Amino acid sequence: MGNKIIELKNISKDYDVRVLNKINLYVNENEFLTLLGPSGCGKTTTLRILGGFEFPTEGDLFFEGKNINNVPPHKRQINTVFQKYALFPHLNIYENIAFGLRIKKINDATIKEEVKKMLKLVNLEGFETRNIDSLSGGQQQRIAIARALINKPKVLLLDEPLGALDLKLRKEMQLELKHMQREVGITFVYVTHDQEEALTMSDTVVVMNNGEIQQIGTPVDIYNEPENAFVADFIGESNIIDGIMNEDYLVTFLGRTFKCVDYGFSRNENIHVVLRPEDIVMVPENEGYLKGTVTSTIFKGVHYEMIVNVGTFDILVQSTYQSEVGDRVGLKFTPEDIHIMSKAVWNE
Amino acid sequence: MVKRNLHKIYMGLIFVFLYAPILVLVTYSFNDSTSRGTWGGFTLKWYIDLFNDRDIKTALYYTVIVAVLAATIATFIGTISAIGLYNFNKTPKAIMVNINYLPVVNPDIVTGLSLMILYLSTNMRLGFLSMLLSHITFDIPFVILAVMPKLKSLNKHLTEAALDLGATPLYALRKVVIPEIMPGIITGFLIAFTLSIDDFVISFFTTGSGVTNLSIVIYSMARRGVKPTINALSTLMLTVVLILLFLINKRSALVEGQKNNGGH
Amino acid sequence: MNKKQKFFAFPYVLWMFIFIVLPIVLVFLYSITTKEVNNIKTINFTLNNYKLFFDPLYIGVTIRSINLALVSTIFCLVLGYPIAYIISKIHSKHRNTVLLLFILPMWMNMLLRTYAWMTILGNNGIINNFLNMLGLPSLRLLYNNSAIIIGMVYNFLPFMVLPIYTALSKMDQHLVEASHDLGADNRTTFLKVILPLSLPGVISGIIMVFMPAVSSFVIPRLLGGNRSLYIGTLIENLFLVTGDWNFGSAVAIMMMLIILVSMSILNRFDVDKEGGGSSLW
Repeated sequence: MGNKIIELKNISKDYDVRVLNKINLYVNENEFLTLLGPSGCGKTTTLRILGGFEFPTEGDLFFEGKNINNVPPHKRQINTVFQKYALFPHLNIYENIAFGLRIKKINDATIKEEVKKMLKLVNLEGFETRNIDSLSGGQQQRIAIARALINKPKVLLLDEPLGALDLKLRKEMQLELKHMQREVGITFVYVTHDQEEALTMSDTVVVMNNGEIQQIGTPVDIYNEPENAFVADFIGESNIIDGIMNEDYLVTFLGRTFKCVDYGFSRNENIHVVLRPEDIVMVPENEGYLKGTVTSTIFKGVHYEMIVNVGTFDILVQSTYQSEVGDRVGLKFTPEDIHIMSKAVWNE
Repeated sequence: MVKRNLHKIYMGLIFVFLYAPILVLVTYSFNDSTSRGTWGGFTLKWYIDLFNDRDIKTALYYTVIVAVLAATIATFIGTISAIGLYNFNKTPKAIMVNINYLPVVNPDIVTGLSLMILYLSTNMRLGFLSMLLSHITFDIPFVILAVMPKLKSLNKHLTEAALDLGATPLYALRKVVIPEIMPGIITGFLIAFTLSIDDFVISFFTTGSGVTNLSIVIYSMARRGVKPTINALSTLMLTVVLILLFLINKRSALVEGQKNNGGH
Repeated sequence: MNKKQKFFAFPYVLWMFIFIVLPIVLVFLYSITTKEVNNIKTINFTLNNYKLFFDPLYIGVTIRSINLALVSTIFCLVLGYPIAYIISKIHSKHRNTVLLLFILPMWMNMLLRTYAWMTILGNNGIINNFLNMLGLPSLRLLYNNSAIIIGMVYNFLPFMVLPIYTALSKMDQHLVEASHDLGADNRTTFLKVILPLSLPGVISGIIMVFMPAVSSFVIPRLLGGNRSLYIGTLIENLFLVTGDWNFGSAVAIMMMLIILVSMSILNRFDVDKEGGGSSLW
């Protein structure tokens, strides 16, 4: 890790409207980097620019230090796993996987060996002569990955590859992909709108919205220290509450003043407070920092999700203990659980 | 860039190839000279000749009557039969559908002569009835071809819902199925109508007693050499086609507009 | 699904037997009997009609027709595939307009479209008048094979273009991107991905051109004059002029067989997926 294998400098892309605005980003070698964001945020466009299927309107794209703005896809040492797999229907599995090698005019014996290795890597040994339509979605996905990886690209681009799979299979594939990336030792650039997926698999997460980067960081950073309300709202569940930063380590919101662990804001600056529902503990009413009435209780399997109305705000709380609607309860949390963010303009 | 221009040049040449003959006909329909090389001045006399030509007028009459009758009858029979065939068991259905498609797959000369043999062998006289029956015969398969896919993609739950709400199967058919497959029925009618208007070979073999259609008249005239009235006829037919297409375009644009504004 | 509604189709089943099956059966019967059928009792079965078909004269007619149809089909394919490809590359806004413009001539009556070429190619036609104006002698452009081929290509070109266009436009664009992604340049992508995937459309197009071309009689009659016989004009002659229904039926049956055989040969190309495509390389 440490070498910048890909770098985007001020990349913008216009169709009728601007879909990417001055994107600055780099990817380290052997990194698993995920572009995360809602539909239309520009993550797929960014990926397609990396693959060479779109050309940036402005800005420069660097691969291993060289500008590749005008290099066509078939000359880039980058391979793509497409969202709907894009397996060639007129070829069987063997020929699909071998496609890239055939173009390089590799001899038959080597191809046979490499295909075998790839099928082993994706856990589909013996599938050489089968037809595409006899495969399930998950299997087709793995063939698509094999077809890309056999060319030993320096970077693999993956465009929401797990979107069409059911939940259980998706979770299995997430772990498999992570394992594959580590084993093969190449850079992955992954696109998804599923924040849980991003947090599970990535070394680095790039949160995007409306064609702009909102935050770049490790999964832990993004989760625990969201830099603005959009990221806080997109990643996990949050309570985002208006507050005033009295001074370093001291914040007031919902009518009370709390000690916290953040600093660096101006005195009495208006800020946003982020409280994660799972960090809030429900206690008897008189023990709580905040007091309120339970207005809703929903069983979610893993926990109960309850809304507590504390007068001016409905706080989302997650707990394994159930409270009934109408109960008066108290809410407690530690200073470390209070996350402060500046009030950025956040477009929905 | 070069590729794009090459594409445009090629398509341009193709369109010249496609439209030149038609434009030639149109131009010469106004030519005051029977020779096709020289321009003798602008005239409408060929159009006047056309309007006075009894053969052509008779042919036009028969063409339209046969097309309307045949298409209507074929649409009716075809729709009902498609519904019937749809409910057949697998093997009989396959056999019947394949036989049904024979007039589509067979060259029209075979369909034409086989029908002619049928009529003459049963001592039927060739004339209006024989031509009409032949048109109906080759129109129905196309109606079925247009309606069947609509039946297949019909949401079965719609019929079940109707029955659940108290409708008899026949009522459900009238009020639910038919409206749903109506686009297919209309398409079938239009295809049948177009085929009948344009037919030559099958009509040629199965008509007689002075009953003709436009295609047959044009064939006879063309065989005797070139006649300028045909040019006038072509221009008129082209104009009709253009008007029809314009109307269809207008209608679909109107429907699009209605859809976008929330319909009615 | 309503099993009782089966009966809706029964009238038409009867119709089909009378107007579709029976006529073909009659044709077949005529082809294997002799001319003197005045009385049911005097039917003589014979294979002479078929024997006559294999007479060099008539074999010549058959070969000539097949050749003509093949040449026309090849021209349609060579000219038509690029058209289908170019149209499929146009952006949606203009694409429908171009398609419409391309199909528009088909709406003109087929006889008029064929007749138009008589106007252009004839001795007194446009081309010759133009040549004469330049002081050049007239060319015999009409009433020969070339004229027939031009007429066939003119009439049948859309039948080749439309199926190919449909196949190309239905193709997943991501497949082209995947091919580029894996290192194939434009030429290789076309040969290894686009062309094979458009093959079903090509086969459809070939069938839809070859079949009417081989059985055509209007185009050879109008543009080929009475110089040579083709299967279509032969059949018309036998039925409507000579009145030899027996031999005519045999020729018709043989023509249907030729078409059937060519269709099954062509359909072989479609189903050849078992090889897995390694033959591509």
